[in-house]
Amino acid sequence: MDKLIEMLQQLVNGVSLGSIYALIALGYTMVYGVLRFINFAHGDIYMLGAYAGFLLAPIFAHTFKFGEFDTFTPQNTLFILSGAGLIMILSMAICAAIGVLIERIAYRPLRERPRLNVLITAIGVSLFLQNITQYRLGADPKAFPQLIPVHVVEGLGNLTILTSQLAIIIATIILLIILRFVVMKTKIGLAMRALSLNPTACSIMGVNNDVVISFTFALGSALAAAAGILVSMDSPSINPLMGNLPGIKAFVAAVLGGIGNIPGAALGGLIIGILETFVVAIGFPQWRDGIAFAVLIVILLFKPTGILGRVEREKV
Amino acid sequence: MSRSLLSLTFALLICASISFFGENFIASNFAYYYDILISIGVNIILATSLNLVNGYTGQFSLGHAGFMAIGAYASASWSNHLDPVIFGITGGSGNPIATNAAMFVSMFFAGILAAIAGFAVGVPSLRLKGDYLAIVTLGFGEIIRVAILNTDFLGASRGLSVAGTYTNLFWTFGSVVLCAYVVLSLVHSTYGRGFLTVRDDEVAAEAMGINTTKYKVVAFVVASFFAGVAGALYAHFKAFITPEGFNFFRSVDVVVIVILGGMGSTIGVAVAAVLLTILPEALRALAHTQFVPQAYQGLLENRLILYSLLLIVLMLTRPQGLFGDGTAFKKWFGRSRVN
Amino acid sequence: MDSLLQLNNCTIRFGGLTAVSNFSMEITKGELVGLIGPNGAGKTTVFNMVTGVYQPTEGEVLLAGERLNGLKPYAITGKGIARTFQNIRLFSSLTVFDNVRASFNLRLKHGPIHALTRGRAFLNEENDIEKRTLELLKIFNLDRLREVMCKSLPYGDQRRLEIVRALATQPKLLLLDEPAAGMTPTEKSNLMKLIEFVRETFDISVLLVEHDMRVVMGICKRIYVLDHGVKIAEGPPEEIRRNPKVIEAYLGEEPP
Repeated sequence: MDKLIEMLQQLVNGVSLGSIYALIALGYTMVYGVLRFINFAHGDIYMLGAYAGFLLAPIFAHTFKFGEFDTFTPQNTLFILSGAGLIMILSMAICAAIGVLIERIAYRPLRERPRLNVLITAIGVSLFLQNITQYRLGADPKAFPQLIPVHVVEGLGNLTILTSQLAIIIATIILLIILRFVVMKTKIGLAMRALSLNPTACSIMGVNNDVVISFTFALGSALAAAAGILVSMDSPSINPLMGNLPGIKAFVAAVLGGIGNIPGAALGGLIIGILETFVVAIGFPQWRDGIAFAVLIVILLFKPTGILGRVEREKV
Repeated sequence: MSRSLLSLTFALLICASISFFGENFIASNFAYYYDILISIGVNIILATSLNLVNGYTGQFSLGHAGFMAIGAYASASWSNHLDPVIFGITGGSGNPIATNAAMFVSMFFAGILAAIAGFAVGVPSLRLKGDYLAIVTLGFGEIIRVAILNTDFLGASRGLSVAGTYTNLFWTFGSVVLCAYVVLSLVHSTYGRGFLTVRDDEVAAEAMGINTTKYKVVAFVVASFFAGVAGALYAHFKAFITPEGFNFFRSVDVVVIVILGGMGSTIGVAVAAVLLTILPEALRALAHTQFVPQAYQGLLENRLILYSLLLIVLMLTRPQGLFGDGTAFKKWFGRSRVN
Repeated sequence: MDSLLQLNNCTIRFGGLTAVSNFSMEITKGELVGLIGPNGAGKTTVFNMVTGVYQPTEGEVLLAGERLNGLKPYAITGKGIARTFQNIRLFSSLTVFDNVRASFNLRLKHGPIHALTRGRAFLNEENDIEKRTLELLKIFNLDRLREVMCKSLPYGDQRRLEIVRALATQPKLLLLDEPAAGMTPTEKSNLMKLIEFVRETFDISVLLVEHDMRVVMGICKRIYVLDHGVKIAEGPPEEIRRNPKVIEAYLGEEPP
């Protein structure tokens, strides 16, 4: 029975971690879907999301009484969640704007050029974001303010799930549902899907490709920002380089699920999160970061199209 | 011996002479510049070798630092454990013949090991296209770093002391000469045109009978060999190495040099290596003069902010780098042909 | 008359779509054969099958009796099949000279190690390659343009260069993929003469995929006609011209 509880525990931990990776992975996969381009700087949007929360929280701290609650009670839950939710939404909006700005300035001018050029530009953007943050806000880790009270969820017996983990999982589910709605049921979502299949046909049919691409970047960046806020609620130390590892692991997740495939990204994120948690649980903590790279290599060597991906044939 | 090999030997002899007569003088009186000189040499080797893969063959490798790491740690381990046994060197010092022989063997071992790693990584990876290859090479670079980090025998996160600072101007610039010779001889031959076809149009290259994967692997292995050699030089210069010194940023450093130099030109890349090695030092010096207001000194010293802006601006405005495909050089030096 | 290329009942399926169905073809030594059909008929697919870009789902491809199924494109070129591309794929960063020279890589005897040691044998081979490249270029009147970047060449010259480049691989069979595309009538006449010239001078077989009927009927000894992936006719130009099935397939397009 204990073993079962233990496994369930690790599963929850893995799902919580995986949700973060999933949110970030979605941005990679959507941008790749419409542009066939890996946005190296995406992981740093996640970092900026966390920092946006860090800078915004003090402004609303008084109104929403951040850090003043010790536990969730039926009376304060709504209030707490609206406070945290506001910070998250604001952060998402800011990062969406940043994402659109980056695309406009650094990537759009290179759309006709060989893809190598824009890959390198993306690396440049990534380094720039990291280092400018480091320069302006310091390289040392900062303490993310407490937006929600973090404690073990009551009534689950031996299962230790933190409120922050629950928040991550629930928020991710909500965001995924919203995303699915946007992608499947709105006109712009349809345009995104069409663009990923055939950009030329799209523009002929009257779609403004630029607008759709900007929207895609906005969407992906918003999700990454959400991930940044959520992860900081759980693990409140943020630093300018925090986007590197999660960024690359999320990319692996996107590839694992099939790059360009939205459900695939979510699936991939969960798998990577669970794998990473189990690797640590069975006693190899030093390999927790290496496991994602190992998965990457295995996937790219044996099934580059990923679990749910599509094959793309070059026309000769 | 063919004429080309003769020229190579001659160039190496010149390096040897400079080293023999001038080494100690320069090292003692111009210590700061000596350091920069060695760093320039190491960067030229890294950049010109990577240029073979990224520039001439058009593949996007982001893991060069990983092979440098293998070379550094391989040569360090070799020197630490085998030099006393084979060459009778204790604590890194001994008679000149012994230390130089030790350095040669150590460097060779580093190169070979790095080349083997290059083959192991290259064969499965080079089938992948552009973006994927970049990520896989980045992944391999990180795996190598993490593996070293977790290997106690190699000092793990504490770092590894290297017995014997054998690196001198001869070994450094001799290696530069050798690396440049190898890359240029390979490329300026009918065989070498094959690399360029892989870059230009793989489908057409295959249709002309060129086994594109084989060419990519050859370029990758050769480049890895010299990255290993550069690692060995670095290890026996700093006398202390840590895995952090060979992380993704180091790979990016080299990639920036290659792009700045123009990806089709060995000379351009070498010049870029010189410029970008000196640049941070120059900026540091400039920051402390009275020309720069206090507020901006930190910015100048922060090499990475400038690097990243340089990358972005370069890609937007002059993606062919400073020297493009080297046609400018060809005009100066006359058409370089096989003979 | 020896058979050079044989396609025996070849079928290619991509997922649920059958692009080419039960196609058989034979080309003998020194023959000039045409492959025509309306748009989307599967001509390029057959082409890519012969050159190894696609593998036949069923059936086999034989060159001088040897099975080519499963071989990679570069290996098939090694066996003696060379091609040009519908939308010219020259090596854009190379000069005219180097485009042809690069194709000598296939038969290169002295590889990378020799490029480093630069011994007598290597230098001799390089000289030889240089000579042969110049000869080839001269035959096709491109030698004076040899240092020009191939991107700067006029369209017709680029097409010619592609053919020269393919010839440098010493093929037994040359596949031309719509070489007359985008050409003026004068250029097309010259092309027709060029193709016949190539066939005679280099004693090779030629398979021509082409839309322009005048070109195809003018120089091909035999013609295969594809429609929706199926062979609907085969024979000399006069027969094809009168074949009712062919005329029907082209109804709405240019009459043969």
